[in-house]
Amino acid sequence: MMLKLIFTTIISAISVLGMSGTATAAGGGDVTLLKKDWSFSGIFGHYDKASMQRGFQVYLEVCAGCHSIEYMSFRNLADLGYNEAEIKAIAAEYEVQDGPDEDGEMFMRPARPADRMPSPYRNDNEARANNNGALPPDLSLIAKARAHGPDYLYSLLVGYGDAPEGVDVPDGMYYNNAYSGNLIAMPQPIYGDDVEYSDGTSTNAEALSADVTHFLMWAAEPKLEVRKRIGVATVFFP
Amino acid sequence: MSAAKFSNPVVRWIDHRLPVFTMLDHTANEYPTPKNLNYMWNFGSLAGLSLVIMIVTGIVLAMSYTAHVDYAFESVERIMRDVNHGWLIRYIHMNTASFFFIVVYLHIFRGLYYGSYKAPRELLWILGVVIFLLMMATAFMGYVLPWGQMSFWGATVITNLFSAIPLVGESIVTFLWGGFSVDNPTLNRFFSLHYLMPFLIAGVVILHIVALHRFGSNNPIGIDTKGKQDTISFHPYYTIKDIVGVAMFLLLLSVAVFFFPNAMGHPDNYIPANPMQTPAHIVPEWYFLPFYAILRAVPDKLGGVLLMFGAIAILFILPWLDRSPVRSARFRPVFRIFFWLLFIDAIALGYLGGKPAEGIYVTLSRIATAWYFLHFLVILPMLSVFESTKPLPKSISEPVLATTVAAE
Ligand code: HEC
Ligand code: HEM
Repeated sequence: MMLKLIFTTIISAISVLGMSGTATAAGGGDVTLLKKDWSFSGIFGHYDKASMQRGFQVYLEVCAGCHSIEYMSFRNLADLGYNEAEIKAIAAEYEVQDGPDEDGEMFMRPARPADRMPSPYRNDNEARANNNGALPPDLSLIAKARAHGPDYLYSLLVGYGDAPEGVDVPDGMYYNNAYSGNLIAMPQPIYGDDVEYSDGTSTNAEALSADVTHFLMWAAEPKLEVRKRIGVATVFFP
Repeated sequence: MSAAKFSNPVVRWIDHRLPVFTMLDHTANEYPTPKNLNYMWNFGSLAGLSLVIMIVTGIVLAMSYTAHVDYAFESVERIMRDVNHGWLIRYIHMNTASFFFIVVYLHIFRGLYYGSYKAPRELLWILGVVIFLLMMATAFMGYVLPWGQMSFWGATVITNLFSAIPLVGESIVTFLWGGFSVDNPTLNRFFSLHYLMPFLIAGVVILHIVALHRFGSNNPIGIDTKGKQDTISFHPYYTIKDIVGVAMFLLLLSVAVFFFPNAMGHPDNYIPANPMQTPAHIVPEWYFLPFYAILRAVPDKLGGVLLMFGAIAILFILPWLDRSPVRSARFRPVFRIFFWLLFIDAIALGYLGGKPAEGIYVTLSRIATAWYFLHFLVILPMLSVFESTKPLPKSISEPVLATTVAAE
């Protein structure tokens, strides 16, 4: 009987947690969450390198104009399957500030793999000034900073649509089925065919959204693969 | 207890001057342990293991952590990304904190069920409650360190509670903060104290064990051991049983760390602290939720704070609230029903603490809070007088032998 107590407690604790998680996700309005089968979910989960590379391209060409990804360095791109030369070349397309030099001057130089991804804005005020007063959040941890992370991101990106009858959408706000309260200050970023993939895979809105979500999940949890690998070894083959 | 019984001459030489081996031998071989302990007696050693894991991983984390409002969040992300196996150390620390509370809650409920708080173990119990309080303070301050949104707002809400104290409340809050809001001085003192308090806990655990060894463990039937026929030596019988528990514990902990490391956390804590933006719902870590529910059940702030602390304070006087001479719930049919009601009540409070304080949840929280206090302040004292308990066996051996005879 006492052993039963142990398990009931653990199971109730977990279910209470689960429920409080959903409670915080629902902030009001009609929120739809689309569930997808991600290659990284489950205990044998792993990232799909091709999808992450495409997602990185979507991030660069669509999101990077407004959103920083400050905890990511160019060198981390090795996880996506890029080799050293490719990473150097990608980094070299960016200019970063360095210094001071011998004369005490700050100067600009091409980025190196060890540098962090540069932000689109110098500070939050500039970011707000360019986005109708709304602050586009940094995306490095966004997949862990929202309940149901990847499913939520995907639902948000494909969730734009016309407001239902009677809902007033103010200027500079957009109607979204996944966002809590349904009114978001981010204009619809993905319509489909926004980027051209070199591997010939689909570029419809769903595919682009899934790829960029995959990339963002990696950005938030780069050690997921090694974690699950060690986990399987520890739990099943002790 | 002479040193002569050790055959190894080095051991003998040391033991003669520093009797550590005699002490170990006493604990393992001479210390009599009731022979009928069940698996509910595993949670003490598991709590000790949790404390060790927390201290070891915590010290390693502190090597790469920066206690400054501008760098704390980033330093944690560095640990997660750039420090070798930093993600592993952090996830172990995070999840073991939760497991520590699960284990200690079970340890406490074990004590409640089998009446382990009763004479002569009152001080042992009280030291346990002191440990529980220290654990809560330690966990609260630890949660502030990564400086995410919940860190900041949790710290703000909880420290603000002290402002409810009449006259001196505001000054106490300013004193805790080291300023006029939760800010860098707050973070620094919390780090300092978070590092200190686990060692205080370790100290109280030693006292807890000393008190335990004075009269030995209680047992599932709750009667005193009457002699050699009722006891077995700790080693190898309970060392092996404890190891079974440890294996189970490590297995479940590994599942959490490797497959669901953030399940017991809140997503908002991956957003850097922002004093200008209040989260939609501020919720503490799950293990505080029952107390959070009690706090919010009372419409008056001071009243809520008093009841919340009262809920723990009441445990200190429990040995004198429950005057029934029978310890174990096995022989207290009515008490046993109320025990399980209290257990459900505690789970209900935990659930309600995670819900927004509105509508039906407030009403339910009030009922559950009232029941909690009713249990300790009215039901237990009444049961001590009115309950007719079942007859106790004469010794621990008696019912064991009786069933063997019946089986033959
Ligand atoms: C034109 C600028 C702009 C572009 C381009 C843009 N965003 Fe945003 N984004 C914003 C703004 C502004 C917000 C803040 C919205 C608010 O607070 O209502 C935001 C918010 C978000 C959020 C947070 C939603 C939440 O739950 O709080 C996510 C996730 C996001 N954007 C992802 C993306 C992704 C992925 C892309 C690229 C596919 C992208 N954004 C492209 C401006 C942009
Ligand atoms: C750091 C936390 C703690 C540690 C390391 C710890 C350790 C232990 C150990 C090793 C035992 C003997 C094994 C057992 O009976 O399970 C024990 C017994 C006991 N503990 Fe704790 N404990 C902790 C917290 C608490 C708390 C919070 C309470 C109660 C509020 C408590 C109350 C008791 C009681 C009453 C006993 C004797 C139980 C019996 O023999 O029936 N302990 N503790």
